Amino acid sequence: MSKQTDNSKLLEDKLYPLGHTDDVEYSFTAEKGLTEGLVRKISSLKEEPKWMLEIRLKAYKKYLEMKMPTWGGDLSSIDFDDIRYYIKPKNQEAKTWADVPEAIKNTFEKIGVPEAERETLAGVKSQYDSEVVYGSLKKSLSEKGVIFLSMDEGLREYPEIVKEHFGKVIPMGDNKMAALNTAVWSGGSFVYVPKNVDVGLPLQAYFRINTERAGQFERTLIIAEEDSKMHYIEGCSAPSFSSASLHAAVVEIYVKKNAKVQYSTVQNWFKNVYNLVTKRAKVMENAEMRWVDGNLGSHLTMKYPSCILAGRKAHGEVLSIAWAGAGQHQDTGAKMIHLAPETTSQIISKSISKNGGRATYRGMVHMVPGTWGSRSKVVCDALILDEKSRSDTYPVNKIQENEVVLEHEATVSRIGEEQLLYLMSRGIKAEEASTMIVNGFMEPVVKEIPLEYAVEMNRLVGLEMEGSVG
Amino acid sequence: MLKIQKLRVKIEGKEILKGIDLEIDEGEVLALMGPNGSGKSSLANTLIGNSKFEVESGEIMFVGKKINGLKPDERAKLGILMSFQYPVAISGVTVREMLLASLRGRGLTVSALELKKQIAEEGERLHIEGHLLTRSINEGFSGGEKKKLEILQMRILKPKLLILDEVDSGLDIDALALIAKNVDEMAKTGMSVLVITHYQRLLRYLVPDRVVVMKNGVVVDRGGKEIVDKLEKQGYKSYE
Repeated sequence: MSKQTDNSKLLEDKLYPLGHTDDVEYSFTAEKGLTEGLVRKISSLKEEPKWMLEIRLKAYKKYLEMKMPTWGGDLSSIDFDDIRYYIKPKNQEAKTWADVPEAIKNTFEKIGVPEAERETLAGVKSQYDSEVVYGSLKKSLSEKGVIFLSMDEGLREYPEIVKEHFGKVIPMGDNKMAALNTAVWSGGSFVYVPKNVDVGLPLQAYFRINTERAGQFERTLIIAEEDSKMHYIEGCSAPSFSSASLHAAVVEIYVKKNAKVQYSTVQNWFKNVYNLVTKRAKVMENAEMRWVDGNLGSHLTMKYPSCILAGRKAHGEVLSIAWAGAGQHQDTGAKMIHLAPETTSQIISKSISKNGGRATYRGMVHMVPGTWGSRSKVVCDALILDEKSRSDTYPVNKIQENEVVLEHEATVSRIGEEQLLYLMSRGIKAEEASTMIVNGFMEPVVKEIPLEYAVEMNRLVGLEMEGSVG
Repeated sequence: MLKIQKLRVKIEGKEILKGIDLEIDEGEVLALMGPNGSGKSSLANTLIGNSKFEVESGEIMFVGKKINGLKPDERAKLGILMSFQYPVAISGVTVREMLLASLRGRGLTVSALELKKQIAEEGERLHIEGHLLTRSINEGFSGGEKKKLEILQMRILKPKLLILDEVDSGLDIDALALIAKNVDEMAKTGMSVLVITHYQRLLRYLVPDRVVVMKNGVVVDRGGKEIVDKLEKQGYKSYE
């Protein structure tokens, strides 16, 4: 039992430096629970076009009709009536750093937004609960016609583009959480990259859940026109609250002919958050989509980034790492739907479970008839650090075409005594040696994410490993 | 430098070293020979503190200090290092990262760049292809490449006592001569070497000051390098 206590103290003191709450004034806080009236209220507060209200109402009906998934993680303890579905901070979106309210600034400073922006980032969008309060985009990008707005602004300023693409890659009826998101969505990013434009530096968003029991339902829509190229980074963190929070996001991406998109996520939600996210990209002819996904935090994450490879020679990739510590279940994976000839996909999934954590890989590769010349490679490696922890793999392959190649490799390992002895015999302490082995295991995925995140990830793993070797 | 007295060791309940006495002086090259299963590698593993090998009784003194209870990393810091018979692969960890952690763990200030240069130089000296040095340790290495990488590490970490556990297995004659030459150089600077082998081949290049022969967990012969010639002619039969 004393081990439990130590662990939670570690979380409070060290592992979760972002575990703080700031006092922010809210201009509208919804009652707990979801009603049709609230859906209407959200839409009217946002002064949305009627068609969006209709989509929301239809999605709300779907949400009521649909059942919770019975597979994956245990969702039974989410009390959907105990969640606030919409919170609007009093401060409207500020355009310059000087306009950002002090309390919010403090939070940003704690999570390092301005620094990151100064150094490498092309633009910053940060979601503070339900509204985006601070955003900027480098001038050169807007001159090229790149649009990087909150989803709310995107809807206001570019309703035609939104109407054409919204809910088409992920229909509202895709799953219950996607229906819920469609009904109550707020914030998220709207990104439009015109034809032939290479955005260059990554676009970056920080999301935070700051109000206890606040559900966060951000909605992101990314459209990369033909021959364009972009990289979007989503970093997540949430302060420490005792009762469970829900995060149910939807991310839809269009990668048009010859375009290239990378979407990188490092999520470190606090360990009471339910993170139930639907992410999918539609990839057209000769285009490339790559999801890089690091899942460290949350109580339960269910997330399976997907690619619909809809055009000839389209390519999809998912590289993911899941870390499941005490009380955590990471149910993650990927889906590759091959719909056209000569499409290629690769899934590399790595998981680490420790202190009773559970990591599940759940993935699907589907090749329909007529996808001749397609290839897919799936690699799942699990590292289990102690006897209490668990790892499962549920790969599904549905292959309806003969002229294709599918490779699947899966390994489950423990930190080898021999590896540990080898490093220790070189004068390295047991704890540091274990951390080196774990970081080495994650390296193929970590090297694909930007350096600042890679460093953060290695640091978090180092903290998780502390005191793990007796 | 090293003094072992009445050492008894068991593994999984079975006694494998049955009272070993052994001494190695500073700068001395001692060859430990014996047939398969005689306990040579067990002794080596006991010396580096492999926890599978349980010391029942006896004493291991190193530079005047009893080290029986020390962990492998603590022994390495005192200066005992082993070139493994079967070096393991570690994914995602390069030899540079490992050596940096080793050297810094000893409290030395080492620049990553300086170390990189040093590794490249030693790599060249040992004829290790450059691309191997930036890969994960031992991953996809041939037997010979692994052994050379072990020696590279030793040259950088500079032990006081170097244990070579069957360094000659899986090596061609050129590689063997090269490794022997590199070790010999280090021995000349005062490093002690415990060479474990059951062949004579290596000892033609790395000439021992003394030879100890083990069989069934006990020492059965001690002497000078003439023992190597005797073994070459008669094999281990003479100890039956």
